[in-house]
Amino acid sequence: MTFTPTDYLPYDFANRRHIGPSPTEMEQMLQVVGAKDLDVLIDDTLPAEIRQDAPLEFGKPKSERELLHHMKVVASKNKVLTSLIGQGYHGTVTPPAIQRNILENPAWYTAYTPYQPEISQGRLEALLNFQTMITDLTGLEMANASLLDEATACAEAMTMAQRVAKSKSKTFFIDENCHPQNIAVMKTRAAPLDIEIIVGNPDDLDASAVYGAIFQYPGTHGHLRDFTSEIAALHENAGIGVIAADPLSLTLLKEPGAMGADIAVGSTQRFGVPVGFGGPHAAYMATTQKLVRAMPGRIIGVSIDSHGNRAYRLSLQTREQHIRREKATSNVCTAQALLAVMAGFYAVFHGPEGLKAIAQRIHRKTARLARGLEEKGFKIEPEAFFDTITVEVGSLQEAVMKSAVDEGINLRRVGETRIGITLDERTRPATIRAVWRAFGINDRDTGLDAEYRVPEALLRTTEYLTHPVFHMNRAETEMMRYMRRLADRDLALDRAMIPLGSCTMKLNSAAEMMPVTWDEFSLLHPYVPADQAAGYHEMIGDLSEKLCDITGYDAISMQPNSGAQGELAGLLTIASYHRANGQGHRNICLIPMSAHGTNPASAQMAGWKVVAVKTAENGDIDLDDFREKVEKHSDNLAGCMITYPSTHGVFEETVIDICQITHDHGGQVYIDGANMNAMVGLSRPGDLGGDVSHLNLHKTFCIPHGGGGPGMGPIGVKDHLIKHLPSDPTSGEEGAVSAAAFGSPSLLPISWAYCLMMGGEGLTQATRVAILNANYIAKRLEGAFEVLYRGPTGRVAHECIIDTRPFADSANVTVDDIAKRLVDCGFHAPTMSWPVAGTLMIEPTESETKAELDRFCDAMLAIRAEIAAIENGEMDAENNALKNAPHTMEDLVKDWDRPYSRETGCFPPGAFRVDKYWPPVNRVDNVWGDRNLTCTCPPMDSYT
Amino acid sequence: MKYTEEHEWLRVEGDVVVVGITEHATTQLGDIVFVELPEAGGTVSKDDEVVVIESVKAASDILAPIDGEIVEVNEALADTPSMVNDDAIGDGWFFKIKPSDASQMDDYMDEAAYKAMIE
Repeated sequence: MTFTPTDYLPYDFANRRHIGPSPTEMEQMLQVVGAKDLDVLIDDTLPAEIRQDAPLEFGKPKSERELLHHMKVVASKNKVLTSLIGQGYHGTVTPPAIQRNILENPAWYTAYTPYQPEISQGRLEALLNFQTMITDLTGLEMANASLLDEATACAEAMTMAQRVAKSKSKTFFIDENCHPQNIAVMKTRAAPLDIEIIVGNPDDLDASAVYGAIFQYPGTHGHLRDFTSEIAALHENAGIGVIAADPLSLTLLKEPGAMGADIAVGSTQRFGVPVGFGGPHAAYMATTQKLVRAMPGRIIGVSIDSHGNRAYRLSLQTREQHIRREKATSNVCTAQALLAVMAGFYAVFHGPEGLKAIAQRIHRKTARLARGLEEKGFKIEPEAFFDTITVEVGSLQEAVMKSAVDEGINLRRVGETRIGITLDERTRPATIRAVWRAFGINDRDTGLDAEYRVPEALLRTTEYLTHPVFHMNRAETEMMRYMRRLADRDLALDRAMIPLGSCTMKLNSAAEMMPVTWDEFSLLHPYVPADQAAGYHEMIGDLSEKLCDITGYDAISMQPNSGAQGELAGLLTIASYHRANGQGHRNICLIPMSAHGTNPASAQMAGWKVVAVKTAENGDIDLDDFREKVEKHSDNLAGCMITYPSTHGVFEETVIDICQITHDHGGQVYIDGANMNAMVGLSRPGDLGGDVSHLNLHKTFCIPHGGGGPGMGPIGVKDHLIKHLPSDPTSGEEGAVSAAAFGSPSLLPISWAYCLMMGGEGLTQATRVAILNANYIAKRLEGAFEVLYRGPTGRVAHECIIDTRPFADSANVTVDDIAKRLVDCGFHAPTMSWPVAGTLMIEPTESETKAELDRFCDAMLAIRAEIAAIENGEMDAENNALKNAPHTMEDLVKDWDRPYSRETGCFPPGAFRVDKYWPPVNRVDNVWGDRNLTCTCPPMDSYT
Repeated sequence: MKYTEEHEWLRVEGDVVVVGITEHATTQLGDIVFVELPEAGGTVSKDDEVVVIESVKAASDILAPIDGEIVEVNEALADTPSMVNDDAIGDGWFFKIKPSDASQMDDYMDEAAYKAMIE
């Protein structure tokens, strides 16, 4: 037999694995949408003026195997030393059961934010465990889940304190013992809001002169201090006390609540989440019942479903940016859900006695280390400590630092003459001996009679983690099954398409994900010397270059930890540029009414005034209104924030005019990159006239959504803005937006792998197919539903909005009813009521196959038929499958007294017969949950 | 009874004006889950945001309709925000304000005009 040539490429990642529809399916779909081929469809959809000149060229795409090999080579350029640098980042042992069952499990990492509670009960429970853990450890009543990192949590606490303090002062006090990155980010966030910052020793705090103060506990150099009297003084002066606390230390130490703190913040990184060169990890915030409504971020609450059974949900959403816009508590939306889930499971896995034992071991080792150094004559600070000591070494600093590195250990350089050492869960006796050797001590038996170094008065006397969930049998079988049970309650991408408009729920491929948990990426401390992170720098450099090619910008800052933080970073970059040009007074920001809620919320945080621009009848920005407002505010125009393609899913032809008009009046243009998945390879925001954009790497570039985070929101800028980009957080000075220079860098292998395996052509094809998939859905639903916005040629971009408002009058059916009915069909609903109330926005992405798109369209058409049955009186207007949706297994087995069959109720078109997804609860009662706010695990006796 | 374009009702009771929102507004907002009230005793100017009401889907600011001093607030709403839905023009009142310039009341609609506006 002879070989015959074949053009089948089994390892073509882009076309075989990432892009859903096969070539044959694409042909069938093109016929349905009425386009001769994909080129014609794309030419129809994108106006010629906005197309990029040259195609993306990234060289030959790599197969998965080639990619992993290449990644290994680059990863090996990172040197994994034992970092005892501390400063808010600690070595931790990720329990393998959590690594495998959560972090590396698509059932957890591909889920979306739990806005649809009925299909999110598993991760809502996991996040409620996290909140319960935080309230217990901090001794406060309410906690959120979660914030982006400790530094931004400090900044959020600073602004929250201002909102709630009765004091009229505009000054906030920062304990000089705060980590430098926390101080830096607070300074950045204070400046545009005209908050005056005093950094000083708490002994010098004048409580009558400030509206609030933040203290680090333990301090960055290890100091322990009881802040009760400082906080009492603040309260006497109508101020607010904030403590940034290490949650592991709180298993031994007096908790912030017992000191009277109003707010506690911190990082839960050391609860089993790898350091990852800076992130991602979940920060927490806790507060009192009284202040909970001023707390930013997502809060999980307990409610009931339509049958009165317990159900979890997101509470108090009206405070958030998507509803409250510039009046929101913060712009934070994507947080660190997956990492909060991990940290919560770490507490479930170890329980209170396990966590306490871990903390005690760390403390014992630190005490022994200190004792050994003291015995040999070194001066140690502070007297009382938990896990961090500072050693005076005089002129030996450089020598000790160097011999430590030779021993495989990174220490912290403090000033000119001191060295900081922070021990952690990974510290072994050999580590301590290696540190001693670096200090010239070779005695193995030194420090043996070390004693507890926490003063009696600072020891914790209260219980924590008393809820039964933290006292389950900890056999791995039980743990594994608990994690599986929770995962099974949820609908993530590993089960079905998640057609959320504006969220780009595309494939997060296994090959892209694998390097994330490699030691070379996950164990690096963010503040290691640059030569130890050469692999990271190579990756960040190459990825930045590729992102510049994709966007048409000249430089990228990887610092922002989320899209919303990218927005703020971009606006602060623009503000800095204006100031440098003597135009610091410019503070007006034009934002279309259809913008993401984060836009006005971010503008407010940048200290700008938002002027809303009208939306024209066809969904475009009203150009006349835009021009009028630009002219009116010409002298004070800071810039505009627009989204491209628009939030209505259309490539507006006027975008170039809008950028031009803004520039003509001295403003800068921020183009929100949320919809970049419709542009990659076809059009570049930098070419359209944008000066800054953020990219949601967790949308367009394959970082999974993790059930509500992590995210990455790097910003791209034009040349003139480069020197105004975010600065080094460790400087302690204004200019940084997050705690680590590269945000959450351990996520970057995902986006880099995606670019390397897709190649320029593959990335472009992905965009084209994303547009095809959206147009295919729009076409198939045509006639049954009205598609609200289209371009001049009748095409939609990568998403489409269908109007469900008419059914409220015709059949008493709301957009919620349709969303919940889709659960019966085995789908996550599209984006509801945004950007237009009462509508559904559908974004299929390129990763979904024709079969899955058809399953979705069949389900939607069947729902439309059910609505028609109500409209023409065949079905009861109150008691019908839509109003009763979603249907649970309990509904199926209980008495059935409904005017439609069990079959109709539970197995509508789209639902799988064998692999049916059963929601664990019926429709969740939102009103009950917000009126009866509970944000911790309900007591066991209430489980019935 | 007078009405504002922001769907507030104003009822003169002796030397104070009682302020709430209309049934039409509560229907639009849906079930009210929280009412944030000002402290009694403060002075406010017309159009200051004095109350925030939250439903499950929206948060809205209630503006002071006139200049004056807030002499009393409806504390019962803190625990029972549903009173706004159940009895918008009775038990669901928000605050009582002592006008510093009673003539400001003249700017507002009477019931017939308000009804015409919402139709």
